[in-house]
Amino acid sequence: MKAKSEPPSRATGSDSNPAPSVASPTMRFDLALIASWIEPGSKVLDLGCGEGDLLCYLKRCKEVDGTGIEMVEAKVLRGIEKGLTVLQGDITEEVQDYADNTFDYVILSQTLQQVYAPAQLINTLLQIGRQVVVSFPNFSHWKNRWQICWQGRVPVSRQLPFEWCDTPNIRVISIIDFQRFIKKMGWRIHRETAINTYHHDQHGNIVSLLPNIRATYGIFLLEKGKSTVTPVS
Amino acid sequence: MSEYSARDVEAVSVGLVRKHFYLFAENPEEALVLESGVKIGPVTVAYETYGELAPGRDNAVLVLHALSGDCHVAAGYHDQTDTIPGWWENMVGPGKGIDTDRYFVICASILGSCGGTTGPGATNPATGKPYGLDFPVVTVGDMVMTQQRLLTHLGITRLLAVIGGSLGGMQALEWSLRYPDQVAGVVALATTMRHSPLAIAFNEIARQAIMADPNWRQGHYYDGPKPATGLAVARMIGHVTYLSDEALRRKFGRRLQGKDKFSFQFNGDFQVESYLRHQGTKFVARFDANSFLYVTKAADYFDLEHWGGKGSAVEAFAAAQALFLVVSFTSDWLYPTYQSRELIRALKKNGRDVSFCELKADCGHDAFLLPNRRLSRLIANFLERIQRESQI
Repeated sequence: MKAKSEPPSRATGSDSNPAPSVASPTMRFDLALIASWIEPGSKVLDLGCGEGDLLCYLKRCKEVDGTGIEMVEAKVLRGIEKGLTVLQGDITEEVQDYADNTFDYVILSQTLQQVYAPAQLINTLLQIGRQVVVSFPNFSHWKNRWQICWQGRVPVSRQLPFEWCDTPNIRVISIIDFQRFIKKMGWRIHRETAINTYHHDQHGNIVSLLPNIRATYGIFLLEKGKSTVTPVS
Repeated sequence: MSEYSARDVEAVSVGLVRKHFYLFAENPEEALVLESGVKIGPVTVAYETYGELAPGRDNAVLVLHALSGDCHVAAGYHDQTDTIPGWWENMVGPGKGIDTDRYFVICASILGSCGGTTGPGATNPATGKPYGLDFPVVTVGDMVMTQQRLLTHLGITRLLAVIGGSLGGMQALEWSLRYPDQVAGVVALATTMRHSPLAIAFNEIARQAIMADPNWRQGHYYDGPKPATGLAVARMIGHVTYLSDEALRRKFGRRLQGKDKFSFQFNGDFQVESYLRHQGTKFVARFDANSFLYVTKAADYFDLEHWGGKGSAVEAFAAAQALFLVVSFTSDWLYPTYQSRELIRALKKNGRDVSFCELKADCGHDAFLLPNRRLSRLIANFLERIQRESQI
């Protein structure tokens, strides 16, 4: 994927291990990459923040003013105990209560595939935040294709660890599908990248060649208004 | 609130503690002007403190008690023969959620109650007799105002945190609006920002039980028998609202008390009946019926949506500056989680920093008082955060 408005740090041409400047020994690679996009001192809302790993890092290293929303009690407790601001609740309801442009960034990390009304949600996020980070597992990764085409099985992978009967993932998204969706909705992709992760997603590299086949995750930075990025086919 | 409902198994205590009294508004011109416009004085505030005030006076934590509590909050005893520790001994003490080794913890008995602070049982300077119903009706705001006077007396201009559950939580929220620059953190447990019609209804039934007792005599009973039956029934009603369907089923089921067949009389067959009667009797021994009327009335009047003449909670909370921690409990049907969420919505709309957790608990409204490691850790870590982040 190549964005016209991309900063020079982005890898182009061949794949590379970007070693994001935020590398943290315990943080997932995708989260480290998202963290590298966040400006220091900004105001951040992390939806589905889990135990707050990303927020904790952003607060410590980038001095952001962060808030997390998480559904699971035990994770909420862990987050608050770490000194974070965390609200227990359903993200689609919790985001309704903020005034416009309350946040510099709203992060929707690996949750989009579980959202019932993605267009409505992202629209709200673009109201309460100036920019919205969306990341999701790429369902059209070659391993998933392999499982469907050659094994005839619904894909189960590190990124999609559920069987058909217990998956919370109700939306099947590929990188191309998401790009088309953003274009159709009239939003703007400020920045985008695709990554391939390994070692329990702790490590990874940016995928530039054939991301829709080779990347395990797509990560996008969205804004209101028309896209200036040329979608990769 | 059912106090002393569970003892701290670790039995860590602050040792012997003393109840202090602060007397103010002795001159009529210094009288305390209540929200109703009525002036009152002199006023005595009973309080206890635990731990040491840091040289920078920046480690003071004010704990606010609920309906039937008093200033004796910590795991401590008044003398060698005292067997009853404070009402929140599992939370307040050395190394506990509110750590008396780190913080200077203050708790004052609320205005209108019977824990040593001026209330309807105190002497009316105009008559030399107990006030009774001549005591003015007080509000949560009035309670908070007396606490603030006490803190000024103690030389504390800014609190690290105000912490309370139930009616104590209401006081904590009131603190955040009335004295926003004096509070760095607010912990509001199992509480609400406006008393619901359901909660008012239960309070009114309880008050009617007291006022229907022939011994009540329009509140002037201090020279004769107490309205013990009325107060006991009031307590029984209250107690049911502090529990939950599940807690009652688990604790008592339909088990009979001291018998295996129905008596076909009205002496009480079921364990739950016996339990409530016991709670009622125990309460009468230590609580004043008139105080019950005044304190429940203050709770009923509590409504931050109209605080300071504002038209909405969002407008009211624009004044708040503190960091907030709000906790509700799944089985609390007196102040259910939706009421905490209304509060959080008002805080969020104002861009305030608020954390919220709904803790799973099957013991109803009382859950905030029971030993709960999750809650202790949550409060301990929140206090550490405020100390780290706020400039006080």
